[in-house]
Amino acid sequence: MSKAEEEVPEPVRVAMVRDVTKVYRLGGQDVKALAGVSLEFKQGDFVAIMGTSGSGKSTLLNLLGCLDRPTSGQYLLGGHDVATLSDEDLSRVRGRYLGFVFQSYNLIQQLSVVENIMVPLSYQIPVRPDGRELSTKLATLVGLAGRLDHRPSQLSGGQQQRVAIARALVNNPHVILADEPTGNLDTATSNEIMELLDVLNNTGRTIVMVTHEPDIAKRAKTVITLRDGLIQSVEQNRS
Amino acid sequence: MNVIQQLILGFRSLMLHKLRSALAVLGILIGVTAVIWLVAMGEGVSYQAQQQIKDLGATSIIIRTIKPSEEANSDSGSRSGIAYGLLRSDYDRIITNIPTISAAVPMREISRDVRRDEYVVPAQVIGCTPEYFSINRLPVARGRPLAASDLRGLENVVVLAHDVAERLFPIQDPLGRAIQIGTEFYVVVGVAQDRTAAAAIGGSFSARQYNRDVYIPLNTFQKRIGDRVITVRGGTFQNETIELNQITAVVDDVASVDTSADIIRALLSRYHKTLDYAVVVPKELLEQAETLRMMFNVLLLLIAGISLVVGGIGIMNIMLATVTERTREIGIRRALGATKGEIVQQFLWETVVLSGTGGLLGVAVGFLCGPTVQGVRLAIESFLPDVWSTLPPTIHQLEPRLAPWSIIAAFGISVGVGIVFGIYPAQRAANMDPIEALRHE
Repeated sequence: MSKAEEEVPEPVRVAMVRDVTKVYRLGGQDVKALAGVSLEFKQGDFVAIMGTSGSGKSTLLNLLGCLDRPTSGQYLLGGHDVATLSDEDLSRVRGRYLGFVFQSYNLIQQLSVVENIMVPLSYQIPVRPDGRELSTKLATLVGLAGRLDHRPSQLSGGQQQRVAIARALVNNPHVILADEPTGNLDTATSNEIMELLDVLNNTGRTIVMVTHEPDIAKRAKTVITLRDGLIQSVEQNRS
Repeated sequence: MNVIQQLILGFRSLMLHKLRSALAVLGILIGVTAVIWLVAMGEGVSYQAQQQIKDLGATSIIIRTIKPSEEANSDSGSRSGIAYGLLRSDYDRIITNIPTISAAVPMREISRDVRRDEYVVPAQVIGCTPEYFSINRLPVARGRPLAASDLRGLENVVVLAHDVAERLFPIQDPLGRAIQIGTEFYVVVGVAQDRTAAAAIGGSFSARQYNRDVYIPLNTFQKRIGDRVITVRGGTFQNETIELNQITAVVDDVASVDTSADIIRALLSRYHKTLDYAVVVPKELLEQAETLRMMFNVLLLLIAGISLVVGGIGIMNIMLATVTERTREIGIRRALGATKGEIVQQFLWETVVLSGTGGLLGVAVGFLCGPTVQGVRLAIESFLPDVWSTLPPTIHQLEPRLAPWSIIAAFGISVGVGIVFGIYPAQRAANMDPIEALRHE
């Protein structure tokens, strides 16, 4: 990643954190989860964030996901400085600019495949009238054409994660944030999911993925390693 | 999401725990049914009373003779007997002095046996004027009512109540035949229509039994039977003199009933030393009954409202459990863009589905009130006849009347209760930290 000042006009920058810190109070002591991290994401980036537990990678992902606000520093996303937004605006920013893929899929049990994919749309203003068609199209795209009306409990882990990926695409987000997307899957299924993410990245999607598996991280274009709340290294895998 | 989608989503989320949701619905159902049934019973009871009072007429004022207390009349001399009650001159004063009164009927009554050949029927002999029939809305089914000429000529004519006619003349046509009251003979000129009892008024607690009456002209009554009543009680003769038992006055407008009644009271108090009369305004009785009914309804609503609140607590309990259980879902929805407000909405819709379903089912069961009362009555009658016979007639005749307002109120309150008791769990859901919620197992 290059510094913000040396930015070239293209590709388009979609998100940027500048010198963010996050301090938690734990048992009367301040714990610095992030000690000053600056990153920039451009359209079409595929970034893997690595690090041991306690390195601050989950904290960074929560900040990037607008689920949390930095103690200091700036986070620019879709023209907003996220650090200054209210809780309601944060929700709107999440719904508009971000897509989430979780380790444990996090589908809603009482909803069918298509309905799960539609969930982010129900929080968009204005409501899209073609939500169901779009969701059906995405379900087909991730290879679940025959299972549109299945419940999550009727699907395998890999299939559930495909639903989650389709759900992350439905609002056409600037960035897809994936938190250990293959953590609960066997190797074969992991490869399928990573291939799907590759395909998405090749069509111009920006993906930021947290993982602790080097094999998975290798498939990203850029690997950032965190340590003690700071960026330890930034490696480019492919040109 | 529109309302229908919200309701469908709420319903499907509740179907995750069918039994639990069903129990919460049952709580509300019972509350709503309780409101509707209790109010229907109350309405049924008060409807009976109101119908009876209405029979007396809303524009009428009834002035009745009542026997003064013993102390009050001890000075009037026991040997000559006591004289009390309304006077014929009272009637004249009322009719001449109060312009708002369009008609008035003086009336005298006494219990006597009425005979024809071997038939003897205990009856209420009523001396009255022709207006009596129109004012009491008592049509004459056959023959004619009493006429003004009957009074003038002191005729011995009689109009029989339906029952009395049936018992004195089981086979023959009573018209034109004679009956005997005391030592006098009277010619039957008319038979009144069958009429049910009216409400008790004034000092008497028993309902007016029109079916035991025989009507003779007032002047004839005065001449043949007289004002003096001698009764034997405990070996001593009691001697009472009463000129009139009742005056029924009718005013031309409902609005002037109260003022006219006040004038009558003032007028009578100047000529009566003791309070040996009572002025009864059926309209007032009606208003009293109305007030009583309102108070009764409020009380019933309160009792039923308590059961609804209990139902609401049931809903709150279930929603709190639901929220805890679905912490993960809340976290997911928050991550995917739901604001706190949207989470609150989602859970409120669920409670509305719960309480609304309970409310609708409660209304449905509410409509079964009539058949249920009928069934219970039949069951008691056939299995516990002893208990049945001891129950008061009000219970025997009770017809529950569904009040439309109670149905609307019960349903509205149930949904309101759902919302009120849903707010806390919904807010608890919304205030969860999304990161924590996503991590929740």
